[in-house]
Amino acid sequence: MSVWIAIGATALGCYLVKLLGLSVPAGVLERPLVQRLAGLLPVALLAALIAQQTFADQVSLVLDARAAGLAAAAAALALRAPFLVVVAAAVLVTAGVRALG
Amino acid sequence: MPQQRETLDQPEAPGASAPPETTGIPSAPGEAAAESPHGGRDDRAVVRDALGVGVAVGLSGFAFGVTAAGAGVSLAQTCALSLFVFTGASQFALVGALAAGGGPLTAAAGAFFLSFRNAFYGLRLSRLLGLRGSVRLAAAHWVIDETSAVALAQRGQHAVRLGFTVTGATLFVLWNLTTLIGALGAGALGDTDTWGLDAAGPAAFLALLAPMLRTGSERATAALAVALGLGLLPVLPAGVPVLAAALAAPLVLLVHGRTLPRRRAAREAERTTTEEAR
Repeated sequence: MSVWIAIGATALGCYLVKLLGLSVPAGVLERPLVQRLAGLLPVALLAALIAQQTFADQVSLVLDARAAGLAAAAAALALRAPFLVVVAAAVLVTAGVRALG
Repeated sequence: MPQQRETLDQPEAPGASAPPETTGIPSAPGEAAAESPHGGRDDRAVVRDALGVGVAVGLSGFAFGVTAAGAGVSLAQTCALSLFVFTGASQFALVGALAAGGGPLTAAAGAFFLSFRNAFYGLRLSRLLGLRGSVRLAAAHWVIDETSAVALAQRGQHAVRLGFTVTGATLFVLWNLTTLIGALGAGALGDTDTWGLDAAGPAAFLALLAPMLRTGSERATAALAVALGLGLLPVLPAGVPVLAAALAAPLVLLVHGRTLPRRRAAREAERTTTEEAR
């Protein structure tokens, strides 16, 4: 049930954010400071999410196969691989390291 | 509320602004292209670009379906996310936060903040699309990274609308279809961690984050957010450290904004938001 609450809240919130942009008069959100903040917000959130989903096990920090997977994804990105290849590289390397370990 | 039409006195990226004469009454098909200072890209070129982006990104719904199933989210819930949230980063964030044991509203808050950028896409699209009433309500659901990138690259209202619609439709259909296939497939695999599928989420985020790390302030924000997100993990309830890490954005802005001369800061912001649309 709580998952459905999370889904409902996210769907509603995300839709209203999308609609907000289409509906507010131009100029309200166009101040440089607001735009810079909006540009940096996803950077902060994505970076924190990557770190946690790679190095966290509940509340403790761990270094496991996921770190190798993420390194593979970074290497794929450096080689300008497409999105799906980046994800596949992470999955395959993580599975491989687990199979060996 | 009715949109005020005004002259485009704010500087905008080349390719992101419609000629002022096309921002008034919706023009007939072909008319906008004829007015284009570039001589008009024909509809087929717009559709080709839109399909390319729509198909490439639409297929990655597979990664989301797999990740959601691995996070213990049910098939119906996974599909509901792709249908009703329809903004990839937020979807990945939500299932990741739920899998980590975050409360429903804490998890939703992280996903919500991540979708803020869509408001800024909408802001720029609104004048170019020129939509009203129920059409605008429906179109809002498709205001995301990919539709904005394609639409903002077009000249003239007709091409902007065509690019937005074709990208949105292709992406919506494929993203939902591949989400379903991914979730079904992951369910058949059993323990998804054995297959390394728990690495799909962070890898997807990394692919989204990498193009955003261009300036020093962006890298500083990412580094500070990583430190906050990991450092606060043992002391705050699940899901909250990510929200606390979001504070890295205003903190860096506070420090960095002061060290930059006003003019340069404004120019940098302009460039940053322009490049985001690509």
